[in-house]
Amino acid sequence: MSVRRGRLGPLLLLLVLSWAAPAPPPAEAQAAGPEPWVVPRTPDGRPDLQGNWTNATITPLERREGQPAVLAPGQVARIEGRRAERIDELSRPSDPNRGAPPVGGDGSTGAAGGVGGYNYFYIDAGDRVAVYDGEPRSSLIVDPPDGRIPPLTPEARARLEERQAFWAGFGPYDNPENRPLAERCLISFRSSAGPPMLPNYFYNNNYTIVQTADHVVILAEMVHDARIVRLGERRPLPPDVRPWFGDSWGRWAGDTLVVETTNLHPLQLDRVSIFRGASENLKVTERFVRVDAHTLHYEFTMDDPTSYTRPWTGQIPFKALPEQLYEYACHEGNYALFNVLSGERAREREGRNEPEPR
Amino acid sequence: MAGPGILACALRLGAAALLVLAPAGAGAQSGEILRTPSGRPDLNGIWQALGNAHWDIEPHQARAALAMKPGPVVPVPADEVLALGAVGSVPSGLGIVVGGRIPYLPEALAERDENRRLWLERDPEIKCYLPGVPRATYMPFPFQIFQSESAFFIAYEYAGAVRDIYLEDPGPPQVDSWMGQSVGRWEADTWVVETTGFNGEAWFDRAGNHHSAALRVVERYTMTGPDHMRYEATMEDPEVFSRPWTIQLPLYRHVNPDARLGQFKCVEFVEELMYGHLRRNPIR
Repeated sequence: MSVRRGRLGPLLLLLVLSWAAPAPPPAEAQAAGPEPWVVPRTPDGRPDLQGNWTNATITPLERREGQPAVLAPGQVARIEGRRAERIDELSRPSDPNRGAPPVGGDGSTGAAGGVGGYNYFYIDAGDRVAVYDGEPRSSLIVDPPDGRIPPLTPEARARLEERQAFWAGFGPYDNPENRPLAERCLISFRSSAGPPMLPNYFYNNNYTIVQTADHVVILAEMVHDARIVRLGERRPLPPDVRPWFGDSWGRWAGDTLVVETTNLHPLQLDRVSIFRGASENLKVTERFVRVDAHTLHYEFTMDDPTSYTRPWTGQIPFKALPEQLYEYACHEGNYALFNVLSGERAREREGRNEPEPR
Repeated sequence: MAGPGILACALRLGAAALLVLAPAGAGAQSGEILRTPSGRPDLNGIWQALGNAHWDIEPHQARAALAMKPGPVVPVPADEVLALGAVGSVPSGLGIVVGGRIPYLPEALAERDENRRLWLERDPEIKCYLPGVPRATYMPFPFQIFQSESAFFIAYEYAGAVRDIYLEDPGPPQVDSWMGQSVGRWEADTWVVETTGFNGEAWFDRAGNHHSAALRVVERYTMTGPDHMRYEATMEDPEVFSRPWTIQLPLYRHVNPDARLGQFKCVEFVEELMYGHLRRNPIR
């Protein structure tokens, strides 16, 4: 969640305008303004990517069956309308006199589902279809053309099955290590800091970019994870040093910032589902281009011949965020992990008719 | 004729005297400091404090361990840290507090002493909690400054802590936080950062020195050479201290061209400590 300080009005108006007209080329939209937009530049002449950005969207990573790559205006209206209704529903004040949820849960799903979960006060998952190059997209993945993560190689399938068998040897609440990485406050849900930097469809899809002559830092609000991208000639980490978010090196190709990342953390590859259990050979290539006053185009390509039968590419619009980021001090307030584990231990004691320990 | 010659001679003597009088560290680096395109000192780089302030920012004697228990003759290391041997011992330090001692109010001093007794339970560093300010600066980890014309950002290796230091004051902090809300400005060649909005949970060191949520920190970063900075921080917290007080220490640049900030995301490393007793089959 971000601190709302700026005025969203002008930005929203602009977004509405760009959705009302199907696929307006950015240049035309700007021509309507008094001053044509020119890319801001740093003192060394590079496009200035700095500021706060958000990649919140309701467009999923993978395309749902039967949808076209580019949605028709009617489809966009339906999808966004359904989301608006859902947000209205989740935004209703909770009844302070409601009773405890029934034994076994109230049937709600999602984060903290079963016991009522979060209402929309806590959620900021985006309410718009991702519009990229003027196209309202049905998936963030654009290549392969079916908008889906390509099939795994036989080697990768075997690796994935082995890992799944390993994790299946535990109950979900046996140990802290059996809980999802985000619940342990190690990294965000899904892949906020990335790479690839994906919307988490939940909250805090916010980023701060700081850029110097030799570095670009990308701070994800989630878990205050800062990626430090070094610019210039690659001096990669040794193969056995594998930090979270990997080892990122960037270079300018004209006005495009190209970032290549290798050495991703083994647990990130293993536990974050979008990687499909990719190997240590995975290379992620990201491209950043400023396209108008409010938009940064972000493209990523996942390449691992030992895991994917072909590389796959996604595109996500990052929108200017006229707000500040909060400190997401996750671990410091992580009562949930303690309670999840101790709750399961209590259930086990009940099953054995043992008393509570003192 | 003699006039200018004498002046030149005096200038040379003066320069020589300056060289002699300058501290050894400053004398070793005669180079100009780097500047940004707008002429400000360029603080970009990886920096680290040296010394033992992270153990105790006040002057202190070397001791066997931070956690002790009574022994038959003298106190001995507590069971929890005994196995670490000399690795768990505390090296001595002259401290970084200007004037030597922190001006605690009496109750706050009692709390500091209690923190010291209950160090294993209470020190946020043991649980890999965010370090706060100024503790982040002199922990035994480097930090990296990213300074552009429109931003000033610090990434700390310890716990992946970060500070986005605003160049314009956005008004009172909206929420309390571990790292606070920081606003920076230049005073001549010194980068001055005011930080407020703390949650009061952070400490100053491993010796139980503490503050409240009312803390206001003013930091001053001054380049004293291409690879050195003087760091000062003044603490004001009327709930804990009888008057403002200041710490002062040098910061050193990592000069290796291949130097880079490591990653120390330690949350994972403290799971056994914090949650191990909640395993289905505890291993201790």
